[in-house]
Amino acid sequence: MTLTQKILAAHVSGKKQLSAGDMIMADIDLVLGNDITSPVAINEFEKAGCCNVFDCGKIAMVMDHFTPNKDIKAAEQTKKVREFARGKNINNFFDVGEMGVEHALLPEKGLVTAGDIVIGADSHTCTYGALGAFSTGVGSTDMAAGMAYGKAWFKVPTAIKFNFHNKLNKWVSGKDVILHIIGKIGVDGALYQSMEYGGEVKNLTIDDRLCICNMAIEAGAKNGIFSVDDVTLKFLSECGAKQPKIYNADGDGDYQKIYDIDLAQIQSTVAFPHLPENAKTFDEFGDIEIQQVVIGSCTNGRLSDLRVAAEILKGRKVHKNVRAIVIPATQKIYLDALNEGLLTIFIEAGCAVSTPTCGPCLGGHMGILAEGERCVATTNRNFVGRMGHPKSEVYLASPEVAAASCLTGKITSPQTL
Amino acid sequence: MFIKGKVIKYGDNIDTDVIIPARYLNTSDKKELAAHCMEDLDSTFIKRVKSGDIMVAGKNFGCGSSREHAPIAIKESGIACIVAKSFARIFYRNAINTGLPIIEYDGEIDEGDVIEIDFDGGKIINQTKNKQGSIAPFPPFLQNIISEGGLLNSLKQGG
Ligand code: SF4
Repeated sequence: MTLTQKILAAHVSGKKQLSAGDMIMADIDLVLGNDITSPVAINEFEKAGCCNVFDCGKIAMVMDHFTPNKDIKAAEQTKKVREFARGKNINNFFDVGEMGVEHALLPEKGLVTAGDIVIGADSHTCTYGALGAFSTGVGSTDMAAGMAYGKAWFKVPTAIKFNFHNKLNKWVSGKDVILHIIGKIGVDGALYQSMEYGGEVKNLTIDDRLCICNMAIEAGAKNGIFSVDDVTLKFLSECGAKQPKIYNADGDGDYQKIYDIDLAQIQSTVAFPHLPENAKTFDEFGDIEIQQVVIGSCTNGRLSDLRVAAEILKGRKVHKNVRAIVIPATQKIYLDALNEGLLTIFIEAGCAVSTPTCGPCLGGHMGILAEGERCVATTNRNFVGRMGHPKSEVYLASPEVAAASCLTGKITSPQTL
Repeated sequence: MFIKGKVIKYGDNIDTDVIIPARYLNTSDKKELAAHCMEDLDSTFIKRVKSGDIMVAGKNFGCGSSREHAPIAIKESGIACIVAKSFARIFYRNAINTGLPIIEYDGEIDEGDVIEIDFDGGKIINQTKNKQGSIAPFPPFLQNIISEGGLLNSLKQGG
């Protein structure tokens, strides 16, 4: 069995062995929802006549997409979730003041551990595979069923294995790795499958791994998952996560395909509009002028992302044609960045720095693009209209490329500064 | 189950941001969502779609976000079934869970064709082109969810 299949099997009572294609009803360790998907789930929960949640400690609700509320409708949605969470004693309800972008927040709060099954009514729930959990995005009805019964159905997936070798070069990070992989296999290259990562994973930080797993969905995958090592265990214990359960794949024989990825060969990579698979390296394109840069999101709004952006921006000025927006992904990251002096560097360079929110990542608020505008973003999607006008363009890149591009007003490789 | 309707056709990788842009996700009202369905890709869709029409598309339909607002908006617009070469997995499960019929099929269908889908017989008939193809039935596990009237009902029945 693959690593994913092992975790699934451990969550189906009386099952030791699973095969790809089996349909299962599995017990889940955590159910997640946000301010967009939870209201729909609450509707379904109530419509079905459910009264109680299966376990008020195993549900997390994070108000992150349109918060602090951008308009009256968003405020009504959040209010509905807040009242539900209070009524059901859901303590892991994170509102303005303690919230963060959900997929940065849950690991930081120690709510996910290795060996868990996590479902979330948000497609980037696949992020927690970085910690050795099986985690996957589902819809609101699944969330409602998860809240009521603590169960979710799955079709047991096949998997693709990626074995890493060597180390990343300076100014190259997890984002370049995943954009490179999606460029190689395509936006449906792992459809209905797991993406499992092994080999020399010790050379990738937890933040790199979270970023790599975050974008598994952009290759159509059910989940992305790293094998657990000392780096994972250290992170989990620092966050106060529950006791990890470590599973291992039986061997490479159970994988449909195996790729060897030489980290040392990976270069800064940019995904052009309007699909994450349109990955290009800097030798493949010329000057592209931009009007906005966004550094943030569940993909790259973590402390290490802000650190590297600050390293590039320190003592320099954002180009006059560029609006640079920096959004720390959680309150803790915001505070750490403040204490480390990173926010001063950003503000002195001419960036706008905001409280945590998804904001512009999904075209919600805090940096919407006008017709014809281009943005370099450290986010994960560049679909038509994703950040605003249907005729605007989003170029996905690492925080290194985003920060370098702030300075020149063009999509810029950090190596050339 | 048997569905017959006129085809509205799109291409590959139709993502949830074009099915229902995030700027409209500050509501969960079905009618409001349907009013903006597909608007960034095809602003004529909502004006020309008729109840019972069938949406046909290429591979990886519904890729992107987990928003159930996407199948909800399509269903509320009047679309009776989606036929695509393949579906993104979250969209697939959302469609099952919310009772929007979907079928994976790779045969020749064009905009405006009239097609008939015979779910129990496992057949799809293109009346306009006078052609017929076969479709795979859902696994019994999923058929059960569908016939119980959605996921929550099937779990309530002790599933
Ligand atoms: S930051 Fe963007 S991708 Fe991540 S959860 Fe928020 S909207 Fe979704």
